[in-house]
Amino acid sequence: MLKCTSACAGCSDSLALRYVLKAAGPDTVLVVPACCTSVIQGIYPNTAFNIPVYNIAFGAAAACASGMSNAFRASGKKTNVIVYAGDGGTLDIGIQAMSGAFERGTDFLYICYDNEAYGNTGMQRSGGTPMGARTTTTPTGKTDAKKDIDAIIAAHNPPYMATACAAYPQDLFKKVQKALTFRGPSFIHILAPCPPGWRYSTEKSVEMGKLAVKSGMWVLYEREYGKLTINPQSKVAMKKPIPLEEYLAPQGRFRGIDAKTLELLRQHIAKNAKKLAAEEAEE
Amino acid sequence: MYEIRIHSRGGQGGVTAARLLALSAIHDGKYATACPFYGAERRGAPIVSFVRINDTPIKIYSQIKKPDMVVVLDASVMDVVDVLQGLKIGGKVLVNSAHKKEFAGFSTSHVDLTGIALRENLVVAGSPILNTPVLGALAKMGIISVDSAKKSIREMFTDERNVRAAEAAYTEMSA
Amino acid sequence: MKKIATGNKAVAEAVKQVQPAVIAAYPITPQTEIVEQIAEFVSTGELKSRYIPVESEHSAMAACIGASITGIRTFTATSSHGLLYMHEMTNWAAGARLPIVMANVNRSIGPGWNIWAEHTDAMQERDTGWLQVYVSTVQEAYDATLMAFRIAEHNDVLLPVMVNLDGFSLSHIMQPLDTVELGDFIPPMHLPHAIDPKNPAGYGGLTGPDQHYKFRWDIERSMRDSVKVIETTEKDFAKRFGRKYGFTEDYRCDDADVVVVSMGTLGKEAEVAIDMLREESVKAGSMRLRWLRPFPKLDLRGKEVVVIDRDYSFGFGGILAKSIQAQQKTDVYSVIAGLGGQEVTYEDIADFIRKRRIGEEFWFGVSDHV
Repeated sequence: MLKCTSACAGCSDSLALRYVLKAAGPDTVLVVPACCTSVIQGIYPNTAFNIPVYNIAFGAAAACASGMSNAFRASGKKTNVIVYAGDGGTLDIGIQAMSGAFERGTDFLYICYDNEAYGNTGMQRSGGTPMGARTTTTPTGKTDAKKDIDAIIAAHNPPYMATACAAYPQDLFKKVQKALTFRGPSFIHILAPCPPGWRYSTEKSVEMGKLAVKSGMWVLYEREYGKLTINPQSKVAMKKPIPLEEYLAPQGRFRGIDAKTLELLRQHIAKNAKKLAAEEAEE
Repeated sequence: MYEIRIHSRGGQGGVTAARLLALSAIHDGKYATACPFYGAERRGAPIVSFVRINDTPIKIYSQIKKPDMVVVLDASVMDVVDVLQGLKIGGKVLVNSAHKKEFAGFSTSHVDLTGIALRENLVVAGSPILNTPVLGALAKMGIISVDSAKKSIREMFTDERNVRAAEAAYTEMSA
Repeated sequence: MKKIATGNKAVAEAVKQVQPAVIAAYPITPQTEIVEQIAEFVSTGELKSRYIPVESEHSAMAACIGASITGIRTFTATSSHGLLYMHEMTNWAAGARLPIVMANVNRSIGPGWNIWAEHTDAMQERDTGWLQVYVSTVQEAYDATLMAFRIAEHNDVLLPVMVNLDGFSLSHIMQPLDTVELGDFIPPMHLPHAIDPKNPAGYGGLTGPDQHYKFRWDIERSMRDSVKVIETTEKDFAKRFGRKYGFTEDYRCDDADVVVVSMGTLGKEAEVAIDMLREESVKAGSMRLRWLRPFPKLDLRGKEVVVIDRDYSFGFGGILAKSIQAQQKTDVYSVIAGLGGQEVTYEDIADFIRKRRIGEEFWFGVSDHV
């Protein structure tokens, strides 16, 4: 990644991407559907990247990557094919193509950087928006729960999948490296705190990411051939989570959240932790 | 036709300033259009918005190339943007500044909008609100009437501090 | 009531007054403010609609179809790639004879990604059976959206209507807006073929080679009948609310030697070019085409014709230019300008007219003879 991208101040997407590309190395092609990264690249005739970036339509990233990966492998090339998509292009409009690519065992890495809204078009709700969050299309707070895309991906039994967070770059770096050693589809879901979307001041992105993990709203883990390992940061969080309010309070998008929704979120955190702990213990 | 270009940074309310200005002109019985710069707007990046005021309907949509007036809401953009580009000879410049500014060939006025906003405690998310007090300055310059300025502000904002800030700018600005 | 609004907000205002029971939409620049304003109206209760935040544009239109066939009013909005993604379903909506109203904010097609005004997106829908109108002011965006519902739902039409507004050039520009008291301007909706479990029927199932063409003719017949409905609706609108429209908006065409035909905001800015040329003793006029479908019979007898296409059909030509050429059986000067938001000013338009070469095609910015 070169200097001078068009990212907002405090952007987690570009922070994460820097580590992703460091881990992936130069023999890599990025497949990017419509998302914030489309804009971060800059405007013709410039590009902010020194690896090939293939831009494709919003819902088509995984299908495009599927074709590209098959073509590279058919010509004996080992080039990494990495989809780098937002939550909109993954959980919503892109889910069909992603499911298909995973079901067919495509050899690629699908990375979803999740800022929990449609960032590129101005912060409308996505399937990844958490319950209670205000967006421009959920002005009084989203009433539906965040779609559990990790469970959906897990159901496809990929060789490797992981969650990550832009606030933990070394962890992300290792996970990307690991993912690329597997043949077949891998998936990394990165939480990407977003200052304009979540409405906090631009220097707090890393802090927000850490609070998300510490509160249990975001759990860091990996599954290798279905075997779950919860990462240490989240093990600590599960033992002693910080109060959810500490994570939500600095974010304007949760302003005015009612007690009932807050309780539902707490219940979700507890249930999720219990489920993951049980799954990990199961082996 | 009177054409005005407003310079600010993304997130400072430059687009709202254009809207309020156009709305005020409409309340004055004129025809007005306002438009933001057609680009990817990022918080903190320099942006421009445009306002056209006319006695008859405005049929022009293309960008203003030779404004009659330039408003600079954030003086720091002058380090990176040529705010005077295209400004008609003898055109007017209004700068948000506590200090007198001079640009040769143009009639320049200044008013400390930031200071006024801070005094009125007109601050949101750490940023002083400039788009309502600037209307007071524009009214003093005769672009719009004071009554229409107050009317548009009240239509958009319930907080009366906005009106007081506009009144303060009207008073403090030298004509 | 006098306000100031952007083109997008004006559309949302009209939708608010019409009160569709279901709205299914997916965000895309530069349409997003329509969807956001609607969501806000729904949250404050000003608009009693169920807003479905669907997961894609294909689903948006599919959801509108599902809602519409129950006999309720529905609305959606999109742009560019969203419209393209919807294309299978826009065909379906027209074939299913559903009076869906959609606002399309005209935007170009990638790659590369370009978010600015171009008409090719809606032009690619011209064969579907949708009625299409192109507006040029914020007021017109509001008025046309109101009228679209009445026209679509008329028993002689029962076809979906697309209201087109230029991306950014109109969607994001603020102009005065006068909202109206609708009264009974739009009659209550009655969909003759609405789903009714008490009168069960199969919808859109298999039809054989001996039947299918009849349904296709049916669409065309209604498209032809819609001409009268459009005329009557616009006349009634003028009577009640004082603003006249028409299939075209003609400016100084009567005694013109040369007429420039265009759509959208260029059609308005062209009038400034006309005034300039008249000062130079050039007898020019502007004809802003409003309705693309049904395509009207244009009166261009005895005039030289300059056509500005903010679109293109590769391997063929400017779509408007070719349509007019075919209809008028005369050569035109075909100008391709404004693609991807390329700036076209009244001075450029005046130049197109001054330097016209009838029978030729000129790509503004590419061809060099002007």
